Amino acid sequence: MRWIWIDKFVEFEPQKRAVAVKNVSRAEDHLHDQYPAYPMMPTSLIVEGMAQTAGILVGHARRFSERVILAKIKRATIDDIVVPGEQLTYEATLERIDDSGASTTGRVLRNGRLIGQIDIVFSHVDRASGAQIGIPDHNFVFTDDFMRLLRTYNVKDSAQDD
Amino acid sequence: MAKSRDEIFAQVQNTLVDALGVDEEDVSEGATLTQDLGAESIDFLDIVFRLEKAFAIKIPRGELFPDDVVNNPDYVENGRFTADGLSKLKAAMPHADFTKFEQNPTVDMVPTLFTVKTIVNYIERKLA
Repeated sequence: MRWIWIDKFVEFEPQKRAVAVKNVSRAEDHLHDQYPAYPMMPTSLIVEGMAQTAGILVGHARRFSERVILAKIKRATIDDIVVPGEQLTYEATLERIDDSGASTTGRVLRNGRLIGQIDIVFSHVDRASGAQIGIPDHNFVFTDDFMRLLRTYNVKDSAQDD
Repeated sequence: MAKSRDEIFAQVQNTLVDALGVDEEDVSEGATLTQDLGAESIDFLDIVFRLEKAFAIKIPRGELFPDDVVNNPDYVENGRFTADGLSKLKAAMPHADFTKFEQNPTVDMVPTLFTVKTIVNYIERKLA
């Protein structure tokens, strides 16, 4: 299984907003693990889907040169369950970005109806402090494999290309 | 119209309640962010973002919380800030109260500089 929790971007406005969808399929093993008799999308993975949507928006804003890590989930409210056959939509908005990091707000929709909000703070790991706490010097977030994958989403990997 | 110190404090208090999930009564001027309010290093980034939004100001990296000075090993010997290090720290944090810290300027005492009052002082200077 690959750690990919969004199927495609349906909107991508660099440095502003990204909208991604995920179709929830009964074939996915993880749906059956939380409550074996009642398959549903785990809330933690909905948060991950938003983190991937917003994280790519943040990374793209600096042309994937920063090592973007999820620092803090400021708020996560999911008011309903999501079951197989339904579609999740993640709407992420870039609220702020600078050298130290970024913050995003996000809406979660199920089949087009709002069911939650997830706001996230991302950190840009700088070389000096990263080395002090043992974070690798290379860009372990936006790797070559990631950039290849990103091209399949039809998101251009340079803000200047848009 | 300029904000009064009480108004700034109230807004900082709300910001910290939201950012750290603490009770309003815990956020006194003397409370330290890490020891009293349980802030972790990553919360500082969130706090800066929220303060910028709440007060419509720009806080350059390292201005409110000068981690480049605090974490600079050249300014520390055997766990204590050197005279030069202390001088650099004071210059970087004119908004902090060094009275207690100067009595024992060790790395372990750095959290005592990061208080609610430090933030209120900083915002007050910024808005002046």
